[in-house]
Amino acid sequence: MYRYDEFDSTLVRERVEQFRRQVARRLSGELTEDQFKPLRLMNGLYLQLHAYMLRINIPYGVLSSRQMRTLAHVARTYDRGYGHFTTRQNIQYNWIQLQQVPDALADLAAAEMHGIQSSGNCIRNVTADQYAGVAADEIDDPRVYCEIIRQWSTLHPEFSFLPRKFKIAVTAAPTDRAAVQVHDIGLRMHRNPDGEPGFEVVVGGGQGRTPFIGQTIREWLEPADLLSYLEAILRVYNQDGRRDNMYKSRIKILVHQIGADEFRRRVEAEWAEIRDTALQLPAAEIERIRAHFRGPDFATLSDASDLLEQQALANPGFGAWLKANMAPHRVAGYAIANISLKSLDAPPGDMTAAQMDAVADLADTYSNGEIRVNHRQNLVLPSVAQRDLLPLYERLVELKLATANIGHVSDIIACPGLDYCSLANARSIPIARQINERFQDLDRVHEIGEVTINISGCMNACGHHHVGNIGILGVDKRGEEYYQFTLGGSSGADAALGDRTGPGFSAAEAAPAVEKILQTYLAVRHEGERFLDTYRRVGMQPFKEALYGAA
Amino acid sequence: MPKIVIANTLADGFVAFMREDGTWSPDIGHGAQAATEADAERLLERALQAAAANIVIDPYLIEVAPASADADSDRPRPLEYREYIRAFGPSVAIPT
Repeated sequence: MYRYDEFDSTLVRERVEQFRRQVARRLSGELTEDQFKPLRLMNGLYLQLHAYMLRINIPYGVLSSRQMRTLAHVARTYDRGYGHFTTRQNIQYNWIQLQQVPDALADLAAAEMHGIQSSGNCIRNVTADQYAGVAADEIDDPRVYCEIIRQWSTLHPEFSFLPRKFKIAVTAAPTDRAAVQVHDIGLRMHRNPDGEPGFEVVVGGGQGRTPFIGQTIREWLEPADLLSYLEAILRVYNQDGRRDNMYKSRIKILVHQIGADEFRRRVEAEWAEIRDTALQLPAAEIERIRAHFRGPDFATLSDASDLLEQQALANPGFGAWLKANMAPHRVAGYAIANISLKSLDAPPGDMTAAQMDAVADLADTYSNGEIRVNHRQNLVLPSVAQRDLLPLYERLVELKLATANIGHVSDIIACPGLDYCSLANARSIPIARQINERFQDLDRVHEIGEVTINISGCMNACGHHHVGNIGILGVDKRGEEYYQFTLGGSSGADAALGDRTGPGFSAAEAAPAVEKILQTYLAVRHEGERFLDTYRRVGMQPFKEALYGAA
Repeated sequence: MPKIVIANTLADGFVAFMREDGTWSPDIGHGAQAATEADAERLLERALQAAAANIVIDPYLIEVAPASADADSDRPRPLEYREYIRAFGPSVAIPT
């Protein structure tokens, strides 16, 4: 994976020392809160309901075992022994003390991590397919381009004060695991008719209070032009995006208001000016970055499906885990192993320091020391020899990290909600828990099959409720928590925003409502049909009747 | 209903309640309770001075139900759910 060069390390180290002095000035009273707030936010430090919250970037979701141990160390030393992996492939600490933040950041910097640009109106952490580099279906490694974008966007002077925050996601596989159509810019690599890989450029997607599926403004972009084209988009947005109303300042509003054609025209005009400048990516530079991601020399193994089948027969728990949590690896004899952070033992995405250390050890033993974080708040060991899957599973069982539910009903995305977040209107975690409690029978979970449930505790939609197959939005209704449901959302290649079912439900009614929706699905689905496909075929009516009674 | 001042202490960021003597406690049971509007204004005035002196951040008044022997809490309970969670912590267990 990418290792910091001298420039990166110096930049991050200097930023820590600068922030150390800023914290000292705040603690001594030299800076007021109003003066200090933008400085702390530039380093990922928020003030939440209970305490400061520190958000640390995990660039495109890639972590080394060493970095995971550092995250564990920070959780143990400066926080309450756990961290929360987010829908942007980052980690958040919920109880960090201001006076200790500089030391925590220094420890993180030593492991090439930081919170720079994890907040504020700038280009945020670039997110990617969590299977990047190992997916059987990808045409190139998106991490190469993510790293190029990371270097370009880090402290980019022109784009440090955008109208609003800006999120870029990259995938290079036909199966979209990075939700690229609901990002400010989504890049989807595919081959043109000549067989050359390039990027489809999607802009103006987003969730929040005004959700949009992004629109394609360029079908195919040569990789050498990636930065000049991104720069052209950002320039148009920086110049023409609204700054008078924070609710209308995301690029999605601009694209919606002027239309994708006009937006494209402005971008292409700008691009014509800057295309052949220093922003052009030389092939040698792409290859230099690519070398960082070359990965290990995989052993020559044969497919171990017979062995796995025998092991699964002898150990049905292992069989269920294989079925739900494995993904095909590009190299024969290997598998991609997902580690679910969705069980009754902890809120979605939460992990203790001891578990982080243990997963780091497992990564060293079984997966070349590499770990991924995905936007559904789970972890991935990207390259596990198939013959090692059983010992890996047995260790994960001991760690309470072996839930066989990836992509299933209990693999719920939930934002921190009103239990932690100062923006939230309602709690998310207890609703996720109540649903999870109802679906503890794994046979039933697997019988229901592929379905995503996404929960947000306010309309900012950190829990991606708009694109959940079942989306749940917590609202405050005269001092009571209420939950509005949407059906039919998707963040995949078939991205769609969900449709409202009707009136919301109380906290006690939310999990039973999920039960009714899924019972209806089971009653009307065709053989082998996913929840989303059934919904698209039959529409809202049967679900509405199940939830609210016949009209 | 009586009112109590809630804030976050600057150095650690944790939730705190202002005592009668103007010092701060993490325990809502230690918070000074204002029974009248005039008392509440005086409490808030003092809390804003603490904010200006960089001891706490963003102090404000919250309404509480007084502690009572028959309730399940021996401490005052904020009426707003958000403030209840701030006073007593997340409603979900901390992972261990």
